[in-house]
Amino acid sequence: MKLVSRHLLGIETLEPSEITTILDAAESFAEISTREIKKVPTLRGKTVVNFFVEPSTRTRSSFELAEKRLSADLLNFSTSTSSLVKGETLLDTAKNLEAMAPDFIVIRHSEPGAPHFLAKYCRSAIVNAGDGSHEHPTQALLDALTIRQRKRRLKGLRVAIVGDILHSRVARSNVLLLTRMGADVTVCGPPTLIPRDAERLGCSLTHRMDEAVEGVDVIMMLRIQLERMRGGFFPTLREYARLYGLDEARLRRAAADAIVMHPGPINRGVEIMGEVADGSASVILEQVTNGVAVRMAVLYLLAGGTEREAAA
Amino acid sequence: MKLLLRNGRVVDPAAGVDDALDVLVEDGKIARIEPKIAARGAEVLDLAGLVVCPGFIDLHVHLREPGQEWKETVASGTAAAAAGGFTGVACMPNTVPTNDSRSVTEFILAQASAGAAARVYPIGCVTKEQKGEELAEMGDMVAAGARAFSDDGRPIASSLLMRRALEYSRIFDVPIIDHCEDSSLVAGGVVHEGEVSTRLGLRGWPGVAEDLMVQRDLLLAEYTGGHVHIAHLTTARGAEFVRRAKKWKIAASCEVTPHHLVLTDAAVADYDTNAKMSPPLRSETDRKALLRALSDGTVDAIATDHAPHHVDEKAVEFSRAPFGIVGLETAVPLCLDRLVHGGVIALRRLVELFTSGPARILRLDRGTLRPGAEADVTVLDLNRQGVVDPSKFLSKSRNTPFAGWRLRGAAVMTVVSGRIVHDAR
Repeated sequence: MKLVSRHLLGIETLEPSEITTILDAAESFAEISTREIKKVPTLRGKTVVNFFVEPSTRTRSSFELAEKRLSADLLNFSTSTSSLVKGETLLDTAKNLEAMAPDFIVIRHSEPGAPHFLAKYCRSAIVNAGDGSHEHPTQALLDALTIRQRKRRLKGLRVAIVGDILHSRVARSNVLLLTRMGADVTVCGPPTLIPRDAERLGCSLTHRMDEAVEGVDVIMMLRIQLERMRGGFFPTLREYARLYGLDEARLRRAAADAIVMHPGPINRGVEIMGEVADGSASVILEQVTNGVAVRMAVLYLLAGGTEREAAA
Repeated sequence: MKLLLRNGRVVDPAAGVDDALDVLVEDGKIARIEPKIAARGAEVLDLAGLVVCPGFIDLHVHLREPGQEWKETVASGTAAAAAGGFTGVACMPNTVPTNDSRSVTEFILAQASAGAAARVYPIGCVTKEQKGEELAEMGDMVAAGARAFSDDGRPIASSLLMRRALEYSRIFDVPIIDHCEDSSLVAGGVVHEGEVSTRLGLRGWPGVAEDLMVQRDLLLAEYTGGHVHIAHLTTARGAEFVRRAKKWKIAASCEVTPHHLVLTDAAVADYDTNAKMSPPLRSETDRKALLRALSDGTVDAIATDHAPHHVDEKAVEFSRAPFGIVGLETAVPLCLDRLVHGGVIALRRLVELFTSGPARILRLDRGTLRPGAEADVTVLDLNRQGVVDPSKFLSKSRNTPFAGWRLRGAAVMTVVSGRIVHDAR
């Protein structure tokens, strides 16, 4: 199957069948990263612009590696080198990028909707690599792939997402993807960090972590930003860790074979204790590995490929 | 110089008139309103099938002059007003420099007399430079022609200062117009806080931030005896508070905009910066409450909050785009189509909201067609079919979410002091 979407702007605009297509293709691409020669000619002659207007290390490295393993030519365009600091508008920058005829623009931006804005004005396929507090679709896809590898399914699974839901694009994309695929999702965090009408996204909500993790198959922890404490969302990191940190005692409340996820970078001792992050339930590094495969699959499918060919 | 408006249906709510009448205009004034007036040397306009109303007044527009002439000028803004059926507009003081002194008020009126298509009623700042610190020289501005005071866009945060403003304004019998929001609660919000803001990951602007200020202002108006006018009311609670304040005989009035009456925050869904305004488009519950407040008499006026911005200023990331849309050339068609044809209110009530309502708030000797009054007239064609085409706007700006909307009903002629400033019959 091919993707219906021309861009990957968010999970919001993906059909469940497209999600399955991407995950299936990613399974095939995962194998490439285990080979001696980790490179295929799939995107030879295609150009990808990595347009990162917000600092990012892991997402960007993951995209770069995916592009290189597909033999695409890539151009990195980031905040420090970009003309945005010289006062050029996003529209003008986009038009200039467009004039160089790239096939893809992978964009990371601090403003929600920046990828949608680009999609309105550019012919290139746009890939959202995180737009403010809105979405981070490739993260949700790689999380789904990781869960599927461990649990063999998404439908019917019980998932708890814990932390700063309000500011988290990872949480939004994951809630949308997992509920769309039939999982039962509960979000949990202090009321100050839960967006208004969060349940309308299709998830349940609790402010008590013990309740959130009770019997679940997957615990997904979110990074808490130090700035949020200064913003008055909670009094201290110490209290936050006590109320919403994942330690071994809390982990024992989950299903016996529950897995622990985190999009990284982790704050050891704050939202997750070291013993849990390094423990046998943790799949945090598998998530990173899967990131490359998922991004390969997304670029490949947006270029018009099908998951059947990906398997070949 | 005589003008005879013949065969129209005259709707003048303030005078209790809704009849087939002719209107004779002489030397810029209404001379007679009677059935079948003989022509006798007058230029005759046959208005059969059309509705003749007192001139429409928009008490909330931004003309952007001085200082932001690339967005709008007094000339272009009043041309847009005339084309939209308005004979007069009250312009907000957030110009550059702000209209916080007699000299700026005089400048705006000088620009108006140099060729404005519609009347201009300047609104002065409540505080110097709109900073919310010290009162501006209201007396001086009133002497120069200011009709009301507002720090529009920068709500008066200090309750003490608001109290002083309401007290001081009583010397001149002018309203204090407040853009109600508790800025600490708005906290950088760009869309109504609710499911849409959550889905889009945009900062939410909760309705309660408006409710709190509406309530504060109403209580202060009661305590001081000053007249508070709530600009662009958008919430269900706010409407309830104003309704109750009126029952308690508090000197309070309020306006709503056409866009808050016909759109909700769902219009923002694709990050359309032309659906970004202040206050933001609200929920369907709020919209319905506004419609109810419109029909039960709680609302005093419909005002556009015409806020022109250059296309480049809106073609940016959503959070970075300026707030506001143009409204002068879409207000009447939207209201006729959605409110009158849509069965929300009668034509008579709509005319009141555009004429005697705003005239009463601004203490204008306008808004009715009685003999002796200035001949400001708006003529409506209730069945004119149109499609909103921003490229045809006379405003310098095109920022509207209504492009392509098919609407029934329009203002087809505008007359200011007996002079035809717009004619699209």
